[in-house]
This record gives sequence, C-alpha cells and structure tokens, in this order.
Amino acid sequence: MSMLSFEKKYRVRGGTLFGGDLFDFWVGPFYVGVFGITTIFFTLLGTAMIFYGASLGPTWNPWQINIAPPDLSYGLALAPLKEGGIWQVVTICAIGAFGSWALREVEICRKLGIGYHVPIAFSVAIFAYVTLVVIRPVLLGAWGHAFPYGIFSHLDWVSNVGYQYLHFHYNPAHMIAVTFFFTTTLALAMHGALVLSSTNPPKGEKVKTPEHEDTYFRDLIGYSVGTLGIHRLGLFLALSAGFWSAVCIVISGPFWTQSWPEWWTWWLDLPIWR
Amino acid sequence: MNTNSFTRKLMGALALGTSLFVAACELPPQESEQNGYRGTGMDQIRSPERQAKLAAANEIPEAQPEAPKDGPPVSQIYQNVKVLGHLSEGEFLRIMTAITEWVMPEQGCGGCHSDNLADDSMYTKVVARRMLQMTQDINAKWANHVAPAGVTCYTCHRGQQVPQYVWFQDPGPMTPAYMGNRNGQNAPAESVAFATLPYDPFSSLLKNPEKIRVQSTVTLPNQLASAGKPIQDAEMTYALMTHMSKGLGVNCTYCHNSRAFGSWEQSPPQRTTAWYGLRMVADLNHTYLDPLKPVYPDNRLGPTGDAAKANCATCHQGVNKPLYGVSMLKDYLTELSAKK
Repeated sequence: MSMLSFEKKYRVRGGTLFGGDLFDFWVGPFYVGVFGITTIFFTLLGTAMIFYGASLGPTWNPWQINIAPPDLSYGLALAPLKEGGIWQVVTICAIGAFGSWALREVEICRKLGIGYHVPIAFSVAIFAYVTLVVIRPVLLGAWGHAFPYGIFSHLDWVSNVGYQYLHFHYNPAHMIAVTFFFTTTLALAMHGALVLSSTNPPKGEKVKTPEHEDTYFRDLIGYSVGTLGIHRLGLFLALSAGFWSAVCIVISGPFWTQSWPEWWTWWLDLPIWR
Repeated sequence: MNTNSFTRKLMGALALGTSLFVAACELPPQESEQNGYRGTGMDQIRSPERQAKLAAANEIPEAQPEAPKDGPPVSQIYQNVKVLGHLSEGEFLRIMTAITEWVMPEQGCGGCHSDNLADDSMYTKVVARRMLQMTQDINAKWANHVAPAGVTCYTCHRGQQVPQYVWFQDPGPMTPAYMGNRNGQNAPAESVAFATLPYDPFSSLLKNPEKIRVQSTVTLPNQLASAGKPIQDAEMTYALMTHMSKGLGVNCTYCHNSRAFGSWEQSPPQRTTAWYGLRMVADLNHTYLDPLKPVYPDNRLGPTGDAAKANCATCHQGVNKPLYGVSMLKDYLTELSAKK
C-alpha cells in the first residue's frame, strides 16, 4: 500500500507501553504493536465463539442469533460452555479486545506526541460496557444479570430490564444521560451547520473565518465557545452521555430495587410543600 | 468569610449530599430470582431488608384448635344462621372465634353482635355475612386464581375491621376548568407508584377488564376497527399494571416479556393467574362489594359516596402470593370453602 507523502514523518519507532520493539511496525497503513496482536487474538477468538454459539442455536438469521449469559443460579461462577460459558468467553474476549485497542491508541498517541484524548474517550465507552457486563453483575451476584449478545436479544434485555423498574424514564441518571445524548446531537448539528455554512458561502463571497463564526454565535446567543472549545464541549457532552448511561444502569438493581417513579418520593416529601 | 468556615461549609454540604444520596439508595447485596430464559432480563431483584419487613408483616395467626364435628347442624340450635347453618355447634363457634381474631380483635363479638346474637341490627353483621358468602364463593368459583391456598377473612383483613388496602372512586384534586382534562395525571398518587399516570385506573378497568388490552394487533392504525386505541387508554392500562406490580411486589417481567406484552406465547405462566385475578376482582366488586353501599354508614363510604372495593393489593399486600401462599383455608375447609 502506498504511503501518503507526510505519513513517513509520523511513523516513528518507540513509545510502546509493553514489549519494547516487539511488533513495532506497520502493515500497510496499520500500526501493529503488541496490542494490535492481542486485539486480533481476542477478536478472532471471540468472533469464533459467537459463530460456535450460533451454530448451536436455532437460527443463522443474523438478527436473531443470541449468545445468552448463564442462568442466575450460576452466580459468579463459570458456567458450562453451552449454558452461558460461551457468553463468558466472549465477554473476556470483548474486554480483552477493547482494552487492547485502547492501549494501542495510547501507543499511537505517544508516537505522535499528542494528548490521550482519543484513548480516554474510548475508555469511557469501554467503561460503560464493563459496567453492564461486569460491574453490575458482580454487584448483583450473578453473570446472568448481564445482557445477551444478539441484535434483537440485547434489545429485549434492555426493554425487560427497564420494566424491572416499572418506568425507567424516572431513573434520575437515565434522565441526565438522555439529556447529554440529545445535547451532544444538538451541539454536533449546530457545529456542523456552522462549519458547512461558513465554508460554503454564496457565489462570489469568500469562505468565512472563525472570527465570523464567533460573531455569528455572539449575535445569536451572546456567546461563542470558539473553534477549539466546541470540540472540548463536544467531547465533554459525549463522554458524559456514556458515563451517565453507565451510572443509570449500575444504580438500577444494586442500589435501587423498587420502581423508579417511587424513588422521587423524597421530592414529594420535601418539607417545603409536603 | 475565611477559608476555614468556607471549607467547613463545603464539607457540610458534601456530607449532606452524600447522606441524602445514601438515604435515597438501597445498598447491595440484593436478592434476585430468574423468571425467564437466561439473558432475557426477566428477573425479580429485591432488597433483603424490604423482604424481611414483608415477611414479618405476613406471618399468619395460629389456627383455632379443632372443634367437634358431631351434633345437629347449628341452624337448629341458633336462630338466623343463614350462611354457616350446616356446621356443628363446635365448628360454628370456632369460626366465629377465628373471625373475631381476624377482623375484630379489639371490638370482639360486640363488633357485629348486639345483646341478641341473632339480631341483624348492626351493619357490621350484615356486611360480615355477605363477606362470608364472598369468601366461600371465591374458594368455590375462582380456584383458577386462588387455589391451592384459598382465601380466608384474614387474607384481606389482617386483624383490621377495614382491610388496609381498599379503594374508592378518586375524584382527584380540584382542577380549574381552564386546565383542561388531565386524565388523572400529574397528581402523584400511591395507587400508581407516584408516576404521572391516572391515579384511579380501578373505576374503569376493574369494572371492565376487557378494556385493559390496548395493544394493537395490526401494523397500521385503521386496519381494524379495534386498532388505534387512544393514548389515554394506554396510560390507564399502564396505571393499573403499575398498581398490580406494587400490589404483588413484582416487576412487569413477572408476567410479561416486554418485547411483546400482549403475547400469551411469550408470557410467563403466572400471567394466566393474573388474568383470572382481574376477572375475579371485577366480579367481587360487582357482586359483593359495590352493592353493600346502602348497608354502610356514611363514614365508611368514599369521597364520592361509594363502597370500599377490592383491587390486587387488597389480598396480596405486596407479596406475589398472599401470605406467601401459606394456606389458612386448609384449617377451615368446612366453614369457608364451597357451600354445602
């Protein structure tokens, strides 16, 4: 594969976290590294296990393939492969692959001499996943509380776990998470609209500068977060959405067993109006 | 303000925040129970502390000692025995003692009887007779819902003259006309777990359980006359289901796989029991409880002047099987099961 003219400049040796020069090379455009190897190992093993699980199941319909966690009766023990053990192996592989990928990103950051924003952002997504399949199940005492791997089946799980608390929209952390998700999309839409409109001026006009963009938003809402700031804000909003999603599920069960609407009785009981 | 007092205030605020957070929480470990295929999330998660409180509240009283079954039927000994006349005198006195303990432990016999025991002048006695018939009827006719444990007076009364969980029509808070029709919402009520759901789903849905089913069976509205129920109907159903969940101390997935609420094929078997229960409650309210209205004094009637009626919580009281499925009826079969 050909290399872009400036790419050579960034292909520097070193910056690895583990194993020194081992696997410190590129295959085509892709950096390998020790963690690239472990990513491939976990990915292949995990995917193979999913195919094995699918082969034992009733369907090859990709929507309906379901790799389910063990029964609650297994607690936090290992289960036989065909009774949830496959799910356990797949989970180990998934965490291994995601973690390896994040560490590979760290190595690339070190090679490039840039900040760790990308691996940190990805780590929040991994944290949300680990919350679902490790932290919450451990707090509840059984792997069976984790979600199954399947397109429809994981949606069914989400629906049922929501209804375990009768009305999940009353979950305060869910409210915060949803708000962050919507705000993320709003910020992205406004940012995208601003960039597109300033870089696509009417015929005969010049492309607008960031000063123009700032002025536009200062006129509109009295404040402009700025060109760098919008990306910091976007990162904050997106990571908060993922973080509060993790919070909203980890408190459901381990820290609250009743319906979520009832949690709000503290509000109704405030001495100002009770 | 110096730094110290600021720090102290900050620490105080933090401590207050933390304690509020912990107070609004139930700390792990919790108990859990699986009700569906693994990985479907059809599980009950319960707090052991709440379970211990429930267990203490649901202990059953000891059965009265066995009574002699021989002798002539009690209808030949006492006057005006209309429901329990087939019992022996011993059995009759035994069930009277039991009822007193279950329903009127403080008032005693005088809660229902005047000096002339045969006299029907006290309304409580008229109600009690009707309730005996109701109990026998439930055990005879509604085995689909109550077998094998069956019911006794204690199932609902628990030592109180009026069961703790009964319902009256709820006119709700006064709403100015300009507010429009709130459909019973935004007035947090315990009946629906304080959600913004209609606070009185009982008046309509426990009268006519067929109206509970709101899910469309067709993809598009207007394909069938039955499709396209208004969202207010769905809110009413959601309200009733919330009551059922709280009344039984279970979540929605105890009876439903939420991927298809209406599908019987995908529902756990206990949904069938619940289906009969809804019909049973509708029947009991219609046949026994509502018609008692003229018998009650005013202070026993609801805000709109109706009689106390039953819903799921009346018997269940927070437990999926009332009194954890322990049968008190087995000690009172002659008295409270099918009419002889």
